[in-house]
Order: sequence, then C-alpha cells, then structure tokens
Amino acid sequence: MLTIKDPTKGLVAHGVSTCAGCGLELAIRVILDVMGENTIIVIPPSCSALFSGFGNETTLRIPGVQGNLENTAAIAAGVRAGLEYQGKGDINVLGLAGDGGTADIGLQSLSGALERGDKILYVCYDNEAYMNTGIQGSSSTPMGAWTTTTPYGKPVKRKNLMQIVGAHGIPYAASASIGYIDDLRKKVVKAKAAIAEGPAFLHIHAPCPTGWGYDPALTVELAKLAVSTRCWNLFELVDGSKVNITKKVNKVKPAEEYLTPQKRFTGIDATTLAMVQTQIDKDYARLELLAGLSCETDSAA
Amino acid sequence: MERTTKFVQGNEACVEGALYAGVNFYAGYPITPSTEIAEALSGRLPEIGGKFIQMEDEIASMCAIIGASLTGHKVLTATSGPGFSLKQEAIGYACMAEIPCVIANVQRGGPSTGNPTHVGQGDINQARWGTHGDHAIIALTASNHQDVFAMTVEAFNMAETYRTPVVLLFDEVVGHMREKLVIPAPGEVEIVDRLRTSVPKGVDYRPYLPREDGRLPMSDFGDKHRYNVTGLYHDMWGFPSANPKIVNELLRHLVDKIENNVDSITRYKEYFLDDAQYILISYGSSARSAIHMAKNRREKNEKIGVLELQSIWPFPSELVREKCANAKAVVVVEMNMGQVLAQVKAAVDEPNKVFLANRIDGKLITPTDIKGLLRVIQGRGI
Repeated sequence: MLTIKDPTKGLVAHGVSTCAGCGLELAIRVILDVMGENTIIVIPPSCSALFSGFGNETTLRIPGVQGNLENTAAIAAGVRAGLEYQGKGDINVLGLAGDGGTADIGLQSLSGALERGDKILYVCYDNEAYMNTGIQGSSSTPMGAWTTTTPYGKPVKRKNLMQIVGAHGIPYAASASIGYIDDLRKKVVKAKAAIAEGPAFLHIHAPCPTGWGYDPALTVELAKLAVSTRCWNLFELVDGSKVNITKKVNKVKPAEEYLTPQKRFTGIDATTLAMVQTQIDKDYARLELLAGLSCETDSAA
Repeated sequence: MERTTKFVQGNEACVEGALYAGVNFYAGYPITPSTEIAEALSGRLPEIGGKFIQMEDEIASMCAIIGASLTGHKVLTATSGPGFSLKQEAIGYACMAEIPCVIANVQRGGPSTGNPTHVGQGDINQARWGTHGDHAIIALTASNHQDVFAMTVEAFNMAETYRTPVVLLFDEVVGHMREKLVIPAPGEVEIVDRLRTSVPKGVDYRPYLPREDGRLPMSDFGDKHRYNVTGLYHDMWGFPSANPKIVNELLRHLVDKIENNVDSITRYKEYFLDDAQYILISYGSSARSAIHMAKNRREKNEKIGVLELQSIWPFPSELVREKCANAKAVVVVEMNMGQVLAQVKAAVDEPNKVFLANRIDGKLITPTDIKGLLRVIQGRGI
C-alpha cells in the first residue's frame, strides 16, 4: 500500500516541485484552504499538474482528475453532473487551469460550462504564457512581452478574459492576485458560496519568475506592482453586470515600474511602451465607468 | 552558395529542411516534444518575409495551414500525440479537399497525455487511420538529422506533387538529440513547386479535374479564379455532390493517387542486406540502435542486415517482401506494441519468421535489447 507521509496541516503538501517563487503555489494553498476537503479538483496538463504530484509525491489531499489541456471545464461539468445525479451535490467541484488552458484551447469548454450554469468553481491562474512547455506566448501574454514564440515581443494586446466570462452573466466572477492574499481569500469564500447558484470564476494573477525573468524572491512584490500600476486590476463581476473594484489604486505608478524588473520586457521599445500605457489607462477608465454604472443601478433599485 | 554545417537538434533540422523546401507559413500550438519547431520558426519566418502564427489550439493550427495553403503558401504545423489526435478531423479535410500541407508529429509516449518528455513510436497507425473514412496518406520518418532534413524536404515535395497532407513521424529522441547537419547548397536538392493552373482569368477553371498524369493544377485563392472547396464529396468544380458516380470516382482517386505510386513514394536505406540471414526492420530513433547492433555483429561475422524504412505510409509491402525473401528471421525493431510488425507480417511470405523487438517504457531501445531477442531467435539463449 502506498503510504504518503506528509507533516503539512493544509490540503497542499510542502516540497511541491514548482519553481522557486511560483505564484501559482501561493494561490492553490489559499484556494484549497477555503474550499476544504469536500472538494474534487480538475486540472489539465500544465504547471498546475505538478500538484497532482509524480509517483508517490502526491501533493493534494483531495481527489483529483488530470484531464486534457482543452477540457478542464467539461470534465468538471461531468463530475458535477454525475455527483448531482447521485445526490452528492454538496461536494465542491473545482477546475484549476492556466491562461493557455483557459483563454486559448480551453475557452470553448469553459464557455459551455458557464452557459449551462454548471455549479463549479473555475479558477484560471494567469502566469501569462505556456510556462510548463517552456514559455510560449498565450492570448494572455501582455503586449510587448518576450516569449519563445514571440521573440520580437508580442505585437498585440492580451485577451480580456474577465469580460468574456462576464458576458455569460454568471453569479460570481472576480479577478484576484497573489499579491493580495486577503482579497483573494475573500473572493474564494464568495465564489464557494456562489456555486450553490451556478458557476463561479476566479482570474488570479500569478507571476512566474522562470518565464518572466526576475528574482524569485520578488514574486509577491511584483504582483503588488502589477496592481499599483493598473496592469492588473482587482474587481468583482456579480451576475455579469455589477462591477465592484476591490482595490482602488489612487496613486497610480507608471507601467514601466512594473515592466522594467522583468527580463521579458527587456526589448520593449518606446512606441510599444506608450501603447501599453494607453491601453492600461483605457482599461481602467472603462472599469471605473462600469463600476459607476453599477452603483447607479444599485441606488436606483 | 556553399553548404553550411550546423550542430542542431532534430527539431531544428526539420526547420532547416522546411525552409530549404520553401515553407513560408507556419501555424502551431505549443506541445512537448515538438515545440522547438515552432520556437525556431517564430524567429526565422519573419526574417524571410514568411508568416508565423501561434494559434489558440491544435485544431486551429491545422485549419490555419489549410487556409494558408489555399492562398498559395507552402505550409507546416508541428505537434505531438495529443495534438495530433485533435488535428485528425482537419487532416481528413485536407485529404478530401486535396490541400498540400505538412504535419510534423514528434512522437512521445501515448495514449493520452502519456509520457510527454520521453520517446515513443505509437502513432504509426494513427498517422494512417487517425481520421475517419477511407483515404490514403503519406508518412515519412527519419533516424538522424541529415535524414530529418532530407525527409522534411521530401514531405513538402510530395505534398505538392500529390496535393495531399504529408505526415512527418519523428520521435522525441530524434527531435531533441543534437548532431551535425550539413545543409545542402541552394539548388543541390530538387524542390517541387506548386503546380499552378495555366487557365486564364475568366475561363472555366476546374480545380478537381486531374491532368493525364493525375496531378491537379491549383489556383491560389484570392488570385484569378472563383472556386469552391469543401469536405463534402464534390465534383470537378469543387461543388458538393452525392451523385454515386462522382462519390465513387472521387474516393478511388483519393486513394489511388497515393497507393498506386507507392514505388515513387517509398524511401528506405539498407545496411548489409545482400547476404543477411537475419534482417532487422526499423525506423526513426530505434533504427539507430538496430544499425549499431548490426555493425557490431558484422565485425563478429554474423550475417545481420538492417532495412531502415523512411516512408511508412503507404507501406512498402513489396520492398519488404523482396528484401526479406531469403532471411531466416526478420526482427521488427520499434517502440510500440508492434504497429509496423503487423504490416511486415502481412507483407512477407512467411509471417511466422517475423519477430518483434520493442520497448514501450519511454526509454530508447538499445542494441543490447535487440541482441538479447535475436539470440533467443537464433536458439543461442540470452
């Protein structure tokens, strides 16, 4: 019989084979802490697959399905439907995939689950490229970033995943960051409550020292910088319409402060940098506008 | 222009071959152990005015090269087992619509996610029958980087000659190993360019009307002619048809254009076959071990030879039958459960003298593995 010896008190063991300074590892510890033992996790082949372990180095203390790259949400939907049919609807079903497995190849499967109202929590940890296969660009890679398939820097802006998810009008969606753990934890709590009604979605910014090229000790600091430069905004999207900005950045820093410490932006030119800053400003203005509209709707009601 | 010598990975040798053959469009999706092909072309293609696109998934990658091929480009995508599975419907489309394209499958251990960073040769039958319905396909392979280069050039040439998808069945060992590659001087190796129609603009162009030699001249989409492309059975204008005569003739054409040319398509190498009593049949990285073992045993005067297959589909049955006619035993060396073995057994006169030397554990089969089995066959014990 396989004996797993592990002194950890949480649901994720220590000594996981992620890279030093992995942002995802912080995220998964918080998520599972909130979701609890009564949870089944679905993960694709990706960095998250490292948490299903290798050999007897199994790192999660909950049942897990490692599916294919394109169908995390579909497998989660099937597990959930199977459980509901058996009267075991109290078991949480959690999908955890990266940006490639969510915004690229997994988008169809995610959209299907959101449209059907499958009662699952889907978490996209976003390290902004295909890191597990060796840093290839994804639709979440920011403009100007070097990856092995964008050797001259990514020429186009990233996909707005939260907006796509929001278009499905699901009960709860939120962006979060491993730089703001308390905020992340609150959002997981809300998401867990929301899946009684329908799908919940979390989009978590998870810096990757290996792929971005920075000192692994700076992961949390860099995650915070992403927020304080508005390169990553923290907000909730309730029922697809009510926008709530959970971290308002009053003293905004220029994007350059966040980009410069990362080697992937070494080759960015002034024109692209200006385009990046313009896009950031536009995105935030739009977010504030939507948040304002949501407030008016509230007061009117 | 001179030849250039490089020290490269097999995946880079594939890139060099593709560029030599004239590839100017690549669409792909990251997957181990083929990703280096995409990575290299993401830098190289823009340098020569070509186009590199990273698509959102494997299906999209296959479809994008189909679209680009129609506009007149020489196109490539690269993948591995799981991605090759996803591409299958579109590969069938390219067979049906007769669209030249090259798909490199750098094989890893399967099925499913399998053994991503280790070698396997389990996609032989998938290359043949991965897509549904009767069809024919060309699949080439190679055991060293010079041949990876050569077979990649051949793949593009055959794709254009037969207007068909061509599969390059490499494997993880060949893809990731580094060795010397001599890139021929321009013009040294023949390049087959696309056969384009001479029908002028405004004159009835029939994209699916074969010439006497069976080839179908193409017209670049967006250039002179308006025509239809479909995955449905279609007439010579490309318009859908369920007419039994048209359906019957088209399917026979799709299969015959390749199966009837098996002699022209067949590529192989032979080592010490003339007087060989024991013949090893192999391909890809496992052929390296077979050749090594045969050379080694020849020094001890054992009459062992190797037939290295470089084209797997259409299977060169007649070649295999002839070469093996006088052998005491034939050993198929491969890293799967016997996929080429079944073809060899079907090809030879005495199938009971054909044996399998295989490894399926993600490790490269070694000369010692083969020697052990051969000694048993020879009645000499291990």
